[in-house]
Amino acid sequence: MQIGEIADLSEIEHDDRKRLVGLGLLMLVGLSLIALHFSSYTEYFSGFGLIVFLVVFLSLTAYAVWSVRTSRGNSLWADAWKRLLKNKLAVFGLIVVWSMVLLVAVGPTLVYLLNGFTPDYIPTGVEGGDRVRSFAPSLMHPMGTDDQGRDLLARVLQGGRISLMVGIISTVVSLIVGVSWGAVAGFVGGRIDNIMMRIVDIIYSVPYILVVIVLLNVFGGPNLAFLISALPAIILAIAILALLVWFFGRVYRLLKEHFAPRVNPLLLKVFMVLFALLCVGLAVEAMLINAWMHTAFLGQFGGWIADKFLATAGQGLSQIFLLFFALGLVSWLTMARVVRGQILSLKNQEFVLAARATGVSTFGIIFRHLVPNALGPVIVYATLTVPSVMLAEAFLSFLGLGVQAPYASWGSLASDGIKNIQIFPWQMLFPGVTMALTLFSLNFLGDGLRDALDPQTRKF
Amino acid sequence: MENNGTILSVKDLKTYFQTEDGIVKAVDGISFELEKGETLGIVGESGSGKSVTNLSVMRLIPEPPGKIVGGDIVFDGIDVRALPIEDVRKIRGKRIAMIFQDPMTSLNPFLKISTQLMEVTRLHLGHTKKEAYEHGVKMLETVGIPDPRSRMDGYPHELSGGMRQRVMIAMALSCDPELLIADEPTTALDVTIQAQILELIKDLKARMGTSVILITHDLGVVAGMTDKIIVMYAGKVFEQAPTKELFATPANPYTKGLLKSVPDPAHEQGEPLYQIPGLPPDVAHLPPGCPFAERCDRAEEMCRTEYPPFVQISEGHHSLCHFAKEVYEESKIERSTSSARMNK
Amino acid sequence: MIGFILRRFLIIIPMALLVVSVTWGLIRVAPGNFYSDERNLPPEVEANIRQKYGLDLPWYQQYLMMLGNITCRTAPAGDTSTSGLRFNVFSTTIKCFDFGDSVKYVGQSVNEIIIRHLPYSATIGFLAYILALAIGLFAGNIAALKQNSAWDYSSMTAAMLGLSVPNFVLGPILVIVFSLWLFWLPPARWGGISNLVLPVITLSAIYMAYIARLTRAGMLEVMRSDYIRTARAKGLDEKNVLLKHGLRGGIVPVVSYTGPALAGLLAGTVVVEKVFAIPGLGNIFIQSVLNRDEPLTLGIVAFLSILIMVFNLIVDISYGFLDPRIRYD
Repeated sequence: MQIGEIADLSEIEHDDRKRLVGLGLLMLVGLSLIALHFSSYTEYFSGFGLIVFLVVFLSLTAYAVWSVRTSRGNSLWADAWKRLLKNKLAVFGLIVVWSMVLLVAVGPTLVYLLNGFTPDYIPTGVEGGDRVRSFAPSLMHPMGTDDQGRDLLARVLQGGRISLMVGIISTVVSLIVGVSWGAVAGFVGGRIDNIMMRIVDIIYSVPYILVVIVLLNVFGGPNLAFLISALPAIILAIAILALLVWFFGRVYRLLKEHFAPRVNPLLLKVFMVLFALLCVGLAVEAMLINAWMHTAFLGQFGGWIADKFLATAGQGLSQIFLLFFALGLVSWLTMARVVRGQILSLKNQEFVLAARATGVSTFGIIFRHLVPNALGPVIVYATLTVPSVMLAEAFLSFLGLGVQAPYASWGSLASDGIKNIQIFPWQMLFPGVTMALTLFSLNFLGDGLRDALDPQTRKF
Repeated sequence: MENNGTILSVKDLKTYFQTEDGIVKAVDGISFELEKGETLGIVGESGSGKSVTNLSVMRLIPEPPGKIVGGDIVFDGIDVRALPIEDVRKIRGKRIAMIFQDPMTSLNPFLKISTQLMEVTRLHLGHTKKEAYEHGVKMLETVGIPDPRSRMDGYPHELSGGMRQRVMIAMALSCDPELLIADEPTTALDVTIQAQILELIKDLKARMGTSVILITHDLGVVAGMTDKIIVMYAGKVFEQAPTKELFATPANPYTKGLLKSVPDPAHEQGEPLYQIPGLPPDVAHLPPGCPFAERCDRAEEMCRTEYPPFVQISEGHHSLCHFAKEVYEESKIERSTSSARMNK
Repeated sequence: MIGFILRRFLIIIPMALLVVSVTWGLIRVAPGNFYSDERNLPPEVEANIRQKYGLDLPWYQQYLMMLGNITCRTAPAGDTSTSGLRFNVFSTTIKCFDFGDSVKYVGQSVNEIIIRHLPYSATIGFLAYILALAIGLFAGNIAALKQNSAWDYSSMTAAMLGLSVPNFVLGPILVIVFSLWLFWLPPARWGGISNLVLPVITLSAIYMAYIARLTRAGMLEVMRSDYIRTARAKGLDEKNVLLKHGLRGGIVPVVSYTGPALAGLLAGTVVVEKVFAIPGLGNIFIQSVLNRDEPLTLGIVAFLSILIMVFNLIVDISYGFLDPRIRYD
């Protein structure tokens, strides 16, 4: 089998266009899911959001089916797709995940239309007036109710949105950070690579849950405003540092190339030390200026953003947003390693040399040539990150640090149910089983993708 | 079954692999016989089924996806195919030994050389630890490894490629096997080392009287070493002949192509080296006619539609071709003209 | 080899200090304090507290003090605190590894608290890891050896379940089945060996699953390699091929998973401690973070990160024994 044997150029463009359309649709699904979610917290029967979501979701499905049906020849992706479809467990996973996304999106509205329950509707005047309000599963409440009398089916469906969003958004965050970090480290190589990977090692040796707990506890709740107000200064600091590193790298290379052949090596060393000191000094100076700007006006700007954000999103939601980022920021490490390994093995191949020879910039080489070629393992690893992040979220919710009432996720529902597990077992069972089923399917899908994309398994 | 002189006879062997693309007929109807003390060369491009043939003889085909679906393998009067696997294990390593292509990966990198050498003799010859160790040292000495005693306690990665292949040979010959199968023993080695290893195999064969099957894609390797040669293509025997005859008067266009593409130092300079056009066919989807037809310079319409016959040219010389006789005659004429030119 | 170990050992110290510094920074950057939830604190009292804990000093002095305490410094005169290690060099006393007193559990030093609660977590964690290794390796090997058989499918499905069921769901289910229905095992608390069974199983489930999957993948990869074919060609039987030639290469991924597994085990114990009401270190840690008990948080972070780094070092060393191609220099 010849990988990458493409008949003519128009086919490449055709494939690229296809991929672009697919990616766009996928993003729209995510966006409409978020929009749908938040609109339905304010007004339960949100027909418009639902219709938008359904249109986008179904067109993505139709598009996926169509693009697989029409894909010609033996391109790597079409091949992998064929192999994936032969794997029964992976297909099972795909179907479950697909229907789960659809279910949590349309579910709460459907329940509202059919039974009239919203996820946080607490019935008043329960018969008998006693304090036990948790009803066993019945036709009215297929999954029973929680101990406030809220319909569990509606809550599980609503909670699924948060759980899935935590999984997806945190994975996207970890993808962005991990891929950039790994790609730069692998491509630049040398000392910078070494330093970047040591940083990864250090973070690796801190139990990740510790970092999340510290992040959530320290910046969660009322302290979030503080974090948001510091964001402009932090972003500016990172940008300035990146710019300085790039600039000094350029200057360093220039100086070395210019001076090295004609100057005494000892003198050169002294000079380089001075140069390094200058770099550090300038960096510190830049940070001090940044700090001054923060107190002068950036902080106010950030505070204004924080006020606006908290006014619209509220306490519970901002906790959820923080959760997305906290979980994303601790799960990028392996991704960075995977990408770096891929880039290292790719970067000496001929197409990179060719790109270099034709004058493509470093940035262009990394993101246009190397990253797409390292995509296989990244996709596989991302698929496996989703369930692990969802598990971590459930764990945090169990500790009372994750999603908090009135919002719910599968993890928080299950851990709420544990308290009453002897009397009302359904309170834990339904959310727990739904979550386990989803994780199970995601894991199988990830495994199937790995088998499909990994050429190693092609050996017989 | 009578087996005065025959050590191994393979008849109509068929080994198929189940893959995603369908059934791959890696070996499809191979037959040959090997006399005691003889050397047989099996030549072909990669993917032609030469390795699979020999793994089938050892019953080493990974199952699934592979399977020996038909044919007879008779080793010294024993029907190997019908044998229970425990009895096959008694033959492996003791009576039939094998050397593999890549000495870098064929030796276990985690185990000491001594462990790997001693394992065989302790298993098959019932050696004690001490006997096995001494035997191992002797074998390393035999294959020409300097300072064998200190090498025994080393690991494979401490040796060069040529040395590792010598260890492999020492391991294979430890139990004094009746048949040695060498699967591309020199492909992964430097050219200078290649000659040494071949010389070693030749030398040991002469001393021990072992029969040898030498698998290679390099006609130059088999020329000086073998008694007869099988040329394989797409899982089938294309030509079978005594070595001298095959080199002198090939009766198959594929063999001729192979012979022409061997670089000849005596050849006039500046003349481009001959290449067989195209690539080997996809064995999962073979055309109905001759599998070589697409690449053959003398293919006719018949070749693409009809499967060629296995024609006997002379005693022990067969060729799978519609035009076997014609090609044979052409080769004869070419030979006489070239020798006439030489004589001038 | 010894040089390598020594170098790696020395590097642990600055790495741990770095981790501690980052944690300290995180705690300090956030607004709020450990006493801030005690409402209506009179200003004089607050000033008193700030002075007592040195919070009135500039931040870099506080930072240096913190670093000095947890590494080494000369003990001030009249210091009677017993926490940390003390050495007498000539006439001065040097104190090391002093994390100070917890600000929430007044009068108890951080080291004391860690030492008191560690045995619970360590026992469960260690036993769980042993169990996970034993069953994981066994199931993974069986699955690889009998690939695509009922054994393979059932053990891999079980492993997938282990990866998908959160342990705070698994724990209560086990309690219901084995304690409340069958009355075989006690449902919670620390006590005899029977008290350990459920927590250990709950904790080890996910690692068992992971190790089984890693072993299977590793073994399948190795069993495809050329040297296994050589071993078969020598006439060895499958058992010997697997155990003598395959296992060593096949468990390399399992060994490299050991480091991260330890980190996970430490986090996992938190859940188990909560579910089974065990007074382990995990809950103390969570509580310390929630209480903003800075000395205790820093102490546990330092302890855990050093533990993990030592473990990673052990893993790296054991590579050398596993794979002779690896050289340390």
